[in-house]
Amino acid sequence: MSAISLSRGTGSPDSSPPAATAERAQPRRHRWYRQPALMAGLVIIGLILFAVIAAPLLTSYNPDAQNLNATLLGPSAHHLLGTDQEGRDTFARLLYGGRVDIRVAFIAVLFPFVLGTVLGSVAGYFGGWIDILIMRLVDIVVAFPFFVLIIALVFVLGPGERSIYIAITLVGWVSYARIIRGEILVAKRQEYVLAAQSGGLSNLRIMGRHLLPNVITQAIIYAMSDIVQDILAIVTLSYLGLGIQPPTPDWGTMISNGQNFLTTHWELTTIPGLAVVVTGLGLSLIGDGLADLLRPGQ
Amino acid sequence: MGRMTFVFRRLLLLVPTALGVTIITFFMIHLIPGDPARTILGIHATPRAIAILHREWGLDRPLASQYWLFMDRLFHGNLGMSLYYNVPVWGLITSHLPATLWLICYAAVLAIIISVPLAMIAASRKDGIRDHVVRAVPLLGLGMPAFWLALILQTEFAVKYRLFPVTGYGTGIPGHLHAMFLPALTVAIALCPVVIRSLRASMLNVLGADYVTTARSKGVPGPRLFVRHVLRNAVIPAVTVLGINIGFLIGGTLIVEQVFAIPGIGALMINSIFSRDFPVVQGIALTFGIMVVLVNLLTDVAYASLDPRVRFDR
Amino acid sequence: MNGGDSVSQPLLQVDDLHVEIASRRGIVRAVDGVSLEVPAGEAVGLVGESGSGKSMTLRAILGLLPPEARVTAGKVLLDGADLAHLDNRQLNQIRGPKIAMIFQEPMSALNPVMRVGSQIAEGPLVHLGMNRRQAAERALELMRRVGIPDPERRYRSFPHEFSGGMRQRVMIAIALSCEPSLILCDEPTTALDVTIQDQILRLLARLCRESGTSLVFVTHDLPVVAQVCHQLAVMYAGEIVERGTVEEVLTRPCHPYTLGLLRSAPDVDHPRSSLAAIPGSPPSLVSPPAGCRFHPRCKFAEEDCTVTDPPLRLIDAGHATACLHYERCLDELRTEGADR
Repeated sequence: MSAISLSRGTGSPDSSPPAATAERAQPRRHRWYRQPALMAGLVIIGLILFAVIAAPLLTSYNPDAQNLNATLLGPSAHHLLGTDQEGRDTFARLLYGGRVDIRVAFIAVLFPFVLGTVLGSVAGYFGGWIDILIMRLVDIVVAFPFFVLIIALVFVLGPGERSIYIAITLVGWVSYARIIRGEILVAKRQEYVLAAQSGGLSNLRIMGRHLLPNVITQAIIYAMSDIVQDILAIVTLSYLGLGIQPPTPDWGTMISNGQNFLTTHWELTTIPGLAVVVTGLGLSLIGDGLADLLRPGQ
Repeated sequence: MGRMTFVFRRLLLLVPTALGVTIITFFMIHLIPGDPARTILGIHATPRAIAILHREWGLDRPLASQYWLFMDRLFHGNLGMSLYYNVPVWGLITSHLPATLWLICYAAVLAIIISVPLAMIAASRKDGIRDHVVRAVPLLGLGMPAFWLALILQTEFAVKYRLFPVTGYGTGIPGHLHAMFLPALTVAIALCPVVIRSLRASMLNVLGADYVTTARSKGVPGPRLFVRHVLRNAVIPAVTVLGINIGFLIGGTLIVEQVFAIPGIGALMINSIFSRDFPVVQGIALTFGIMVVLVNLLTDVAYASLDPRVRFDR
Repeated sequence: MNGGDSVSQPLLQVDDLHVEIASRRGIVRAVDGVSLEVPAGEAVGLVGESGSGKSMTLRAILGLLPPEARVTAGKVLLDGADLAHLDNRQLNQIRGPKIAMIFQEPMSALNPVMRVGSQIAEGPLVHLGMNRRQAAERALELMRRVGIPDPERRYRSFPHEFSGGMRQRVMIAIALSCEPSLILCDEPTTALDVTIQDQILRLLARLCRESGTSLVFVTHDLPVVAQVCHQLAVMYAGEIVERGTVEEVLTRPCHPYTLGLLRSAPDVDHPRSSLAAIPGSPPSLVSPPAGCRFHPRCKFAEEDCTVTDPPLRLIDAGHATACLHYERCLDELRTEGADR
């Protein structure tokens, strides 16, 4: 189980009574707005998404536009957050860079989600040798530190956005597989599954229409923290020059560009980093809020 | 069955995983689009150099035979030759390994020193102000890029205030402790969110447990109660969580080594990526994989030692 | 150890104790004006259903209430000191040497990572100023006293290696370790096998007779009380509704609830064709019924039962009841006896 699951004490391996499962199957939607963590997270992410989507409205500068007459300016009325060493407007780069990073991270989380869910469902539902095989594969992939494998794969595949997607997919599916498999192992003993099986429904239908909607919530909660991890990986790769390639703006490249000026113009490095932290904060709040909401604990 | 047999049994179970690690590392070369040798050599690709690599890696042979060659050389301690340094990869790795190990251990210790008191503060009054403050820390920490934190700490404390050396490993144990403090702190802070969360949860569990009430009913005084009854039980799940996340910890060392120019295998890997030194990258990836496998074994042993309910002959 | 001659001065005196629990539904009045006297050398039983407040009363005595619960009024007097107003450090000096406690679930009540012998020796180590060897000796001696076989080997065992009955013996050994004058027992036999129950009860009764230790024995199981206790108090909805000697209360119950409990307990000597359960369910302790709290489930209930909550009053030497119409219980018994 992922670290987050463990610390929440979720996903108990023994079967839960039908009442508890039924309760989980219907999250208390009518009270979601009462969760402070969830609301705070949604507000933060909402603001960030708005800012990056509405970038052209919020700034008139082109993030790639160099202006060698206006380098390393501090914040001012013309340039809200100043300019970098090539005269590019920092605020514009922040917004457009955010677009790229957030877009890539959100897409990057989808592939492992799908792959891991499929493999985890198959492993959990059918058991037997296919379960053993998939779990062995999980053990092997997990044996590598996440970032080591990512960077090695990106090295091998060549830098750039496409490599990021492939690398994250190949490495990230394992957590989802574990979570879904665990949930399915519990859920497949529930009565509604036995009823479906005795009703002669095909395995595929049972998995897709009956089991999956009930077990997917844990994976969704995990996905929130996974996006954060992906953003960090993307930004780190870009910092090293192996991720998003210039001239496309991106927070990691901004940090890397600014690091030589830390003593004089610390905002060039600090601000993009703060952007990452705040985005991570918002997503973590959403993940925590969802976890609290969908697990009626006492 | 004693402890030794347990360890041996566990080691055996790890063999398939270790094998898998070697397979994946081996396969990396085949993920390279086009002719691996040409791509790796890049601008240094002369027909002669390409031919040498082809021969060395057996690229013309069938896959299984290549793997056999790879494993055969591996068992003889031969990980190939660095394209950049022109020395055996194995030697490079062993000379850089101590710095990384230092960093990992130092970071783990700092993480524990930071996390245990914070978790204790949070768990002592659940849902109180202090609890919420402590719980906010992981929320910020989880989203913090390690290299960014490293840069900031380096600028503030090393460059500006000159409290620590800006880069490097230092010499002698006091030198290491001094020079590695900021890097280890960075990695520790990256690890803290997870450790604090799990420690807090397990402490809450333990604090509410019946045996703590029993101990209180015996009149066991505060400090003894905390150490022998609460902490002693709370560390058990925390050790497991720490072990699971050790991969995360180790991964974080890569970029931190780079920023602080620590001569460890993480920085070596990154620099080898820049110099397209494939054998070194492959060798280090393999090393990391084996390291994590061993740490998992250590975690299992530690867990079994700490929890008498887990018998060694399980 | 206590002297046995001061019959007039009770060892422990609980005086109008009130315990409130803060919960989402409101303030739960778990213990609502309970008064209790424990004479030296005697065992007092405290009987009631779950939720009646009996466990909370015990915990309040030693200051072991859960964080949501507080003592809001009343006193707990031991040797003239009011335990309810002592701080934790002062209470720690009482716990162990003066008052000890035995819990219901021996598996979860023992530290799983600490050896059994060390857990027994911990009390003497902390309170009696013994060194490790002396404390270990004492632990071995206690293990023999409570009937744990092969104590030298068992000393180094862990709780999960023991059976339920053995673990409870360990708990008893822990309780006895500092020679307290009072042991609080919170349903010590409920989680045990019936055959083991009997052994443990005999052990407790014997040990207390031998050393003159007082007991407060909490249970929902009436026959158990008969085996161990001299005095008996029946609790319902946070209040004591009847009190007296065991013989008195069990042969001449003067409260409909006590009568109900007696009837729902299986009796080997007088097997009945059906066990009568008390109709209805325990009341909410957030807003208890007006008047006598038992009246919604009471077949003897009258108008005046719904007006005020009747206090305990003496009806005979040492026998008190809170029922306004207790004679109806005695009538019931008479007719029942005539039917047999």
